[in-house]
Amino acid sequence: MSERLTRTAVERVAKLARLDLDDAELDQATERLAGMLHHFADIDALDLSAVEPMTQPYDLVNVLRDDVEQPGLDRQEVLDEAPDAVDGRFGVPPILGLEL
Amino acid sequence: MNGFPSARSIAESIRTGERSARSVLDEHLARINERENEVHAFNLVLAEQAASSADEIDRRIARGENPGPLAGVPVALKDNLCTRGIPTTCSSKILQDWKPPYDATVVTRLANAGAVIVGKTNLDEFAMGSSTENSAFGPTRNPLDVTRVPGGSSGGSAAAVAAGFASLSLGSDTGGSIRQPAALCGVVGVKPTYGAVSRLGLIAFASSLDQIGPFTHDVADAALMLEVIAGHDPGDSTSIPQHFPSLAPSLDRGVSGLRIGRITDLPEGADQDVVDAVDAAFDTLAAAGAEIIDVTIPAFTYGLTAYYLIAPAEASSNLARYDGVRFGSRVAASDTNAMYMATRGAGFGPEVKRRIMLGTYALSAGYYDAYYGKALKVRRLMANDFAAAYEHVDVLITPASPSVAFPFGSKTEDPLAMYLCDTYTIPSNLTGHPAMSVPFGTGEHGLPIGVQVLAPAFGEPTMFAVAAELERSAARGEHV
Repeated sequence: MSERLTRTAVERVAKLARLDLDDAELDQATERLAGMLHHFADIDALDLSAVEPMTQPYDLVNVLRDDVEQPGLDRQEVLDEAPDAVDGRFGVPPILGLEL
Repeated sequence: MNGFPSARSIAESIRTGERSARSVLDEHLARINERENEVHAFNLVLAEQAASSADEIDRRIARGENPGPLAGVPVALKDNLCTRGIPTTCSSKILQDWKPPYDATVVTRLANAGAVIVGKTNLDEFAMGSSTENSAFGPTRNPLDVTRVPGGSSGGSAAAVAAGFASLSLGSDTGGSIRQPAALCGVVGVKPTYGAVSRLGLIAFASSLDQIGPFTHDVADAALMLEVIAGHDPGDSTSIPQHFPSLAPSLDRGVSGLRIGRITDLPEGADQDVVDAVDAAFDTLAAAGAEIIDVTIPAFTYGLTAYYLIAPAEASSNLARYDGVRFGSRVAASDTNAMYMATRGAGFGPEVKRRIMLGTYALSAGYYDAYYGKALKVRRLMANDFAAAYEHVDVLITPASPSVAFPFGSKTEDPLAMYLCDTYTIPSNLTGHPAMSVPFGTGEHGLPIGVQVLAPAFGEPTMFAVAAELERSAARGEHV
């Protein structure tokens, strides 16, 4: 956990996060994330082997309701706020030829 | 207390016809006109809509109706609470012109209680920050000293109440974003028990931590507003289906016989004036009949690390929805992936990007166990330590913020220094417990200090009893 964060690793994270970052942003992110991770190493001192992870304040339970029709959002009101709408649907640029 | 009338007295004077809702609103709008330019509490002031709501309240009063417990009370909303047809920006360029197609449940509940919504308040972008300096629309200034920050992330909501722009406001608290700005602006701020208040329509930051809560001039107003917004909502699957306890009876209970915990291994870092105020709070409570008991919370000191791994991890997932497809801004590009990257790169500010990066890293293959997984285990230790402490005490007392309001720019170059503002508030978010900040004395430069009262889940009645006692003592001026 103490291994130094590299700029290559930060570029990969930016790609995973779908964030276009310029060179200056990548440099700053590398420096600041490394600083934070260094600070966060304080928990390395703890023996957590027998501790169960806690993801929520309380255990989540499935919430069910009767299958009764209920009003939903107004389609036009939703589409009016979208960057692009085509024939009653969200419009997006081509999805084929994706380079990931 | 800062000389403004309570929301209770405003509602009462309107219900009895002594004052009109419109005249109360006009008084608040006049203060906004006078000082908003220097304070910048709001992203949007809804003067016209508020006037028509106030007129409607007055018509209902004239017809002999009771518009509710908040009849005609001017209320401000943090701009991450959805308001149908009214821009809701999260102080982010990526949502700059977005108008939600529905109201948050808390907004509906406030309207049903007779409240008049006066505006949407500024925040750190997506509620990520402790000073409101991360807003894409410029910082909010502390009304008590405009050279200083109001705290954050709900800085606009805290400032709106402190400046008398609204009688009440709502904020959201993920790691202290209600309690810390309340402390810095000299108002009361409450983070309720996780699940007590519906989050339907609160734009998500970190879903296992976020809660909505009030900013008010006094403890009794906070109790009233919380009673209005709390309660089960089938629209929020984390909303707890149980009756929220009435708080009014607690306010005059006093603290006689209560066991109040002092955490002996609390992380250091609070300024001396804050430490002195908290010591004075213990003396006050002891004199009023409470028993002060020393406890330890060994995990407290690791809260910051756990939080700053868990919250960014959840944020990186929640904020994936801002992809330029369904709402918000879009930067055009040749294919969908390039459009996502360009939209998000241009639409998010530096702190939001930093947290998305941190969270993505903590969740990524090869690092998940070392960071996110470990943080979740520390969260469990925290919950266990608090549970053990609450076997011996009813509430705990700590500082809300390590310092009084600080000058602009003093922490913006060092994210960790800013994160340390949340040292004392974070644990309650990790555990899901309620906590509140009450103004208690002043420190450096005559600026207000907030004392934090912490309680176990659904321990709000006892928490409010203690907060009310501290408020009475502060009003009597029994300490500096």
